[in-house]
Amino acid sequence: MHRRTLAQLADDLRSRRCSSYELTTHFLARIERHDPSMNAFVTVTADHALADARAADERRSRGDAGPLDGLPLAHKDIFCTEGVKTSCGSRMLDNFLSPYDATLVARLKDAGTVMLGKTNMDEFAMGSSSESSFYGPVRNPWDLERVPGGSSGGSAAAVAAGLVPAATGTDTGGSIRQPAALCGLTGLKPTYGRVSRYGMIAFASSLDQAGVLTWTAEDAALLLQVMAGFDPRDSTCLEEPVPDYRAGLNASIRGLRIGVPAGFFDAGLEEGNRGAVETALGVLESQGAELVGIELDNLDLSVPVYYVVAPAEASSNLSRFDGVRFGHRTEHAEDLLNLYTRTRGEGFGAEVKRRILTGAYVLSAGYYDAYYLKAQQVRQLISQSFSRAFESVDVIAGPTTPTPAFMLGQKTNDPVAMYLNDIYTIGANLAGLPALSIPCGAVGGLPVGLQLIGPHLAEGVLLNVAHRFQAETDWHQRRPPDFDAENA
Amino acid sequence: MNWETVIGLEIHTQLATRSKIFSASATRYGAEPNTQANLVDLGFPGVLPVLNGEVVNMAIKFGLATQCEISPRSIFARKNYFYPDLPKGYQISQYELPIVHGGQLEIVLSDGSAKTVRITRAHLEEDAGKSLHEDFHGQTGIDLNRAGTPLLEIVSEPDMRSPGEAVAYMRRIHTLVRYLGISDGNMQEGSFRCDANVSVRKLGSEALGTRTELKNLNSFRFVERAIEVEVERQIDLIEDGGQVIQETRLYDPDRNETRAMRSKEEANDYRYFPDPDLLPIVIDQARIGHIAAGLPELPDAKRKRFIADYELSAYDADVLTASREQAEFYEAVVTGLGGQPKLAANWVMGELSAALNREDLDITASRVSATQLAELLQRIDDKTISGKIAKQVFDALWNDGGEVEAIIEARGLRQISDAGAIEALVDEILEAHPRQVEEYRSGKEKVFGFFVGQVMKQSEGKANPQSVNEILKIKLKS
Repeated sequence: MHRRTLAQLADDLRSRRCSSYELTTHFLARIERHDPSMNAFVTVTADHALADARAADERRSRGDAGPLDGLPLAHKDIFCTEGVKTSCGSRMLDNFLSPYDATLVARLKDAGTVMLGKTNMDEFAMGSSSESSFYGPVRNPWDLERVPGGSSGGSAAAVAAGLVPAATGTDTGGSIRQPAALCGLTGLKPTYGRVSRYGMIAFASSLDQAGVLTWTAEDAALLLQVMAGFDPRDSTCLEEPVPDYRAGLNASIRGLRIGVPAGFFDAGLEEGNRGAVETALGVLESQGAELVGIELDNLDLSVPVYYVVAPAEASSNLSRFDGVRFGHRTEHAEDLLNLYTRTRGEGFGAEVKRRILTGAYVLSAGYYDAYYLKAQQVRQLISQSFSRAFESVDVIAGPTTPTPAFMLGQKTNDPVAMYLNDIYTIGANLAGLPALSIPCGAVGGLPVGLQLIGPHLAEGVLLNVAHRFQAETDWHQRRPPDFDAENA
Repeated sequence: MNWETVIGLEIHTQLATRSKIFSASATRYGAEPNTQANLVDLGFPGVLPVLNGEVVNMAIKFGLATQCEISPRSIFARKNYFYPDLPKGYQISQYELPIVHGGQLEIVLSDGSAKTVRITRAHLEEDAGKSLHEDFHGQTGIDLNRAGTPLLEIVSEPDMRSPGEAVAYMRRIHTLVRYLGISDGNMQEGSFRCDANVSVRKLGSEALGTRTELKNLNSFRFVERAIEVEVERQIDLIEDGGQVIQETRLYDPDRNETRAMRSKEEANDYRYFPDPDLLPIVIDQARIGHIAAGLPELPDAKRKRFIADYELSAYDADVLTASREQAEFYEAVVTGLGGQPKLAANWVMGELSAALNREDLDITASRVSATQLAELLQRIDDKTISGKIAKQVFDALWNDGGEVEAIIEARGLRQISDAGAIEALVDEILEAHPRQVEEYRSGKEKVFGFFVGQVMKQSEGKANPQSVNEILKIKLKS
């Protein structure tokens, strides 16, 4: 069962080859057996899941099951889930039971999906390796000594190891696409505002976007169909119709113009990754797509711009964690200032503190113009570079990451090296564009990702290209060997 | 040395919406603590603000009424600071691009002259909650019912030159926001409060002196007194060779003094930046036109019309237009009465106003309606009753209700104007007081008043005083 895609499992349920209860039991057993070796879950909600699975089976027997009814999945622990711990990977929220469901969680619940648990992540989604979690690092099922990427590393590891057929994630600077690339998965970050942010604990509000980690583009299309759409509770959510994503998957890509930015193939890109990505571009070309060399001006500034804008917003977003109303509160407060400083000193980890300090600094009087304002101006320029590029190409393609999964601990003491992991992914966040990563090769047994970036609201085009690629290749069918046995 | 006072005000007006500025919670005053605070107001993880469009309409109304420019595009910013009654750790406000800016308002000073005060800007923001320090045995209680209540902060230029001018301006704004229906202006409940920026400079000097900010003044009287004592403090300080420090001060009404607020070591850096959770407020001409078309007559226009149409003094017109409700009441009386605007003004500002004040009632809760008052005044006008008797009828209406006509009949208050009846009364009185008649006829004309009094007394006040006068004069001459 764990080797099947979400779409295949949906067929299995429809044709009664299995029940949701059987599926749920199977995956829960796999979590129990394998998760200790990779630490992908913060919380497993077995009892709830079994009850939900039975309810889904009942709906099916009554004949009123929706297309996703009874399918198990996991949510990144950044999404608020009613009555279930929502930690955001932080000691600060270790005791936080959310009183409500995020819009995305509610929509997937209404569609009948069965939540198996909440996945581990970098603390407050700040990281590219899932090592900054209060609950300890997540390990990559392809090599347990390596990181799964981050911040949605728990979701990526869980899906890659077959502990759950799909999982949600969030992507602020690459947090879905980079772990998807490092774990051999399809990871979709939709257009900013395509999926509601309500109930998703904010890291950098102008960049955050929810998406999914799945085996295939088809699975991503199935889930996006339910997640996307206007939400009156999020002012930045787009009031645009949601197309039928699955219907467009098989369209021909003949004549499709694929822009290949020279800047994506710089010195930082490892040879193995370069080779895999170039081969993948060749596959698309052989299907009739046209490769067009392009320049994206100012893209080299995207990492510094990101590390001004994101911490600035984070420093403000994380102010609500003050020990007054919810979450961690120090036991050693002598006065109000003490309550704040100790609560936050104890509750936040090092990377979160680093970003809050950076963010407070760039917003300070006297530095605002030089940092925050300048960064916003450059962000505009980067956005315009993409807009210009999309006047002559339909999608942009390149590597998702410069290297395959790196070793645990390798970059934890060098924040800048860690930040450079996101060099290819950050641009799409700054410009609010949809982007996805699909497995396109391997280096030394480790997966490599191909990134596709599309214009505003072009999720359908990206999924179409990815699906056509997956029809010609089998990278998306490869599983980490240690977790692949049918009866494991 | 002669000093000049320079004052600018920042007035915080609570907008009269049913729900909060960024959440669906109710804004009703006086509810049990924390019963009107939902997850958005509490700043829970993951929640997001959604703008209540009504506040935008209200700000546009204010902007139109003060000749401000309405920004086609304005943005919300976050003002970051930590405080327990500020749930998110930041207040959503407007900083660089306020919704309206660059307007003015005419105020009338005590000597009747007019002065224009420039309005720098007015911006939308959310209120914070309340910290309650009593009743918690050394701990602090937090009530977040008020958190997220919509405010319009109206900032003036430093155009006022005396505490009196500051109060006149504040009153004008108070009247205006209530006319516009955008605030109830209730100062006890904190719906209308102000901070005053106060400085002094040598008369004739162009440069502004160092200012202090007097926080949270919630009555007209406190504004006046706080500024007065602060000005005195600053002048004394400078004349003694000291310097005014730019700081925030609180006015203590019990001791009638201002005190520096205990402030932490550093100057606050609020790290303002545009709120990424909210879209810019975009306002087009059509929306402005629609709102302009629905604006009520504004206090200034109404005051001028009252002077022109009803021939009222500037003072009377000012008092009667102090609130829209009072002006409407007054006009309803005049309409019911079919004229006699001065008589109506005297009664609304006199008897009615006194009765309302006695019981601390708003004119909308008056126990004598405009229709009743018009009927009553009509009876004075047609000489059915005298003004003095009318006061009795008014008291009866106020205390027991009923119909004007019925009260006059039931109590037999109808004025006696019949010459024959009055002659009989006069004869009776003259006959009863021969000594006084002698005195009058021998030249002591002062006793005339005595006769009038006696006749009125005899008639229980109902005799038409004018007829009594005339008839008495004739009888005494003969």
